[in-house]
Amino acid sequence: MCKPIVEVRNLTKRFGGFTAVNNISFEMKEGEILGLLGPNGAGKTTSIHMLLGLITPSSGTINMFGLDLAQHRETILQQVNFSSTYISMPFSLTVEENLKVIARLYSLQNIQRRIDDIIEKLEMGDIQHKLTRKLSSGQMSRLTLAKALMTKPKVLFLDEPTASLDPDIVNKIKGFLKEYQRTEGLTILYTSHNMREMEEMSNRIIFLQQGRIVAEGTANQIIQRYGQRDLEEVFLKLAREPKAQ
Amino acid sequence: MNLGRIGGLLSRHLYLYKRSFARMLEIFYWPFLDLVVWGFITIYLKETGVSLHGAVAFFLGALILWDVLFRAQQGVAVSFLEEMWARNLMNLFASPLTVGEYLASTMIMSVLKVTAVSSLMMAFAWAFYSYDMLKMGLSLFPFILNLMLSGWIIGVLTTSIIMRFGQQAEVLAWGLVFLFQPISCVFYPLDVLPPILQSIAWMIPPSHIFEGMRMILVDGTMPMIHILWATGLNLFFFVLIVAWFYHTFNVCKDRGMLVRVGE
Repeated sequence: MCKPIVEVRNLTKRFGGFTAVNNISFEMKEGEILGLLGPNGAGKTTSIHMLLGLITPSSGTINMFGLDLAQHRETILQQVNFSSTYISMPFSLTVEENLKVIARLYSLQNIQRRIDDIIEKLEMGDIQHKLTRKLSSGQMSRLTLAKALMTKPKVLFLDEPTASLDPDIVNKIKGFLKEYQRTEGLTILYTSHNMREMEEMSNRIIFLQQGRIVAEGTANQIIQRYGQRDLEEVFLKLAREPKAQ
Repeated sequence: MNLGRIGGLLSRHLYLYKRSFARMLEIFYWPFLDLVVWGFITIYLKETGVSLHGAVAFFLGALILWDVLFRAQQGVAVSFLEEMWARNLMNLFASPLTVGEYLASTMIMSVLKVTAVSSLMMAFAWAFYSYDMLKMGLSLFPFILNLMLSGWIIGVLTTSIIMRFGQQAEVLAWGLVFLFQPISCVFYPLDVLPPILQSIAWMIPPSHIFEGMRMILVDGTMPMIHILWATGLNLFFFVLIVAWFYHTFNVCKDRGMLVRVGE
């Protein structure tokens, strides 16, 4: 962990009179897992969408790999990917066809080898030729994770990747992510409503409340700072005190 | 422009059509029915002695050319709808794919659709009504190219409206093109329109194309003036509509609508 690979400065997003993200700044170092925590509507997903170039910030800058996202979208997105329980992929294509399309969108070489490799790592051999519409929610989560990891991104955004999944799948996905992050040196921005998962996965946590950063540090630092027993209690305290700083 | 990414998006649609009987039917079923109905109308007109020079060529030729425009428009607009229905727009636009590459792939998709449908319609017209459209020779190509361009223009316009207003506007993918049909003078000469509509009709490329087609059928002359007008207007509107699409795309990104299209 050394140089910042992601630098966000004074990022703000307003939708009309509503401020979804309010002047946030943070950095992510190479190989770091940063947890983005906060109640619904705190601005987590909007922040990720801005980092992916899907929403234009009202003000502020996003730099990745030393480049400005607004100026170097293609170069940056080539090295970035995302996954979320809430996204989908074309239902009428098989798992393998969907992965082939993504591979071409990211101009990957040796496409079939990459697909076979990720299919094996995520234990998806049994669904490789299955239509996407026939996948269970756990299998769909693995597919969206496969599409994200297959491109070998340097930065990965995971928006509640384990929401609504059974504990067995969650455990497998977390284990895989930790291992992948360790071997590939991947930088991950992670959002979740599961506090234990957040403590377990993240090196550092940012707590968002009404679009602002209200707490930042390791899970232990935050727990100690707010004098609570665990992250869940901190979450409840901060979420119920809108002006807490 | 990255050809690999364009090919990637194109392959996504080809996978879809390969497996979808309903989508294949949509490409061939309606054009075939149109051809059958208009074919019988022309036979009826001939039998009742209505004096209309080259009635078969007038109607069937017009119908086939109209379908070029319609399918070109659909190729662009329905490709966007497919992404919207599959909630796949985030996957596309969070990738290095550019807006220009996205549009290019939908336009290539429309070329494939037009080629498939037109070939089929020409074959049916020849087999059932002895109408050989290829007799129009080389003059057919500037017509087809111009109609494709017109179809893309209407398709991009439709797509930008759907992107801006979401699912409630998706009916436009099938309906908007028909707004242009009366003033395109597909099945009748432009001078049957009231003067005010004639003025409007001269400002849209398809009316020049269909007027030109009738000139070839009536006097056999190459209607260069109509081809030049159609090409000039098409290029003007194409640049305008692509700029408009980029603007709408940026508005949608600014308002956070791109991630919510289809919800």
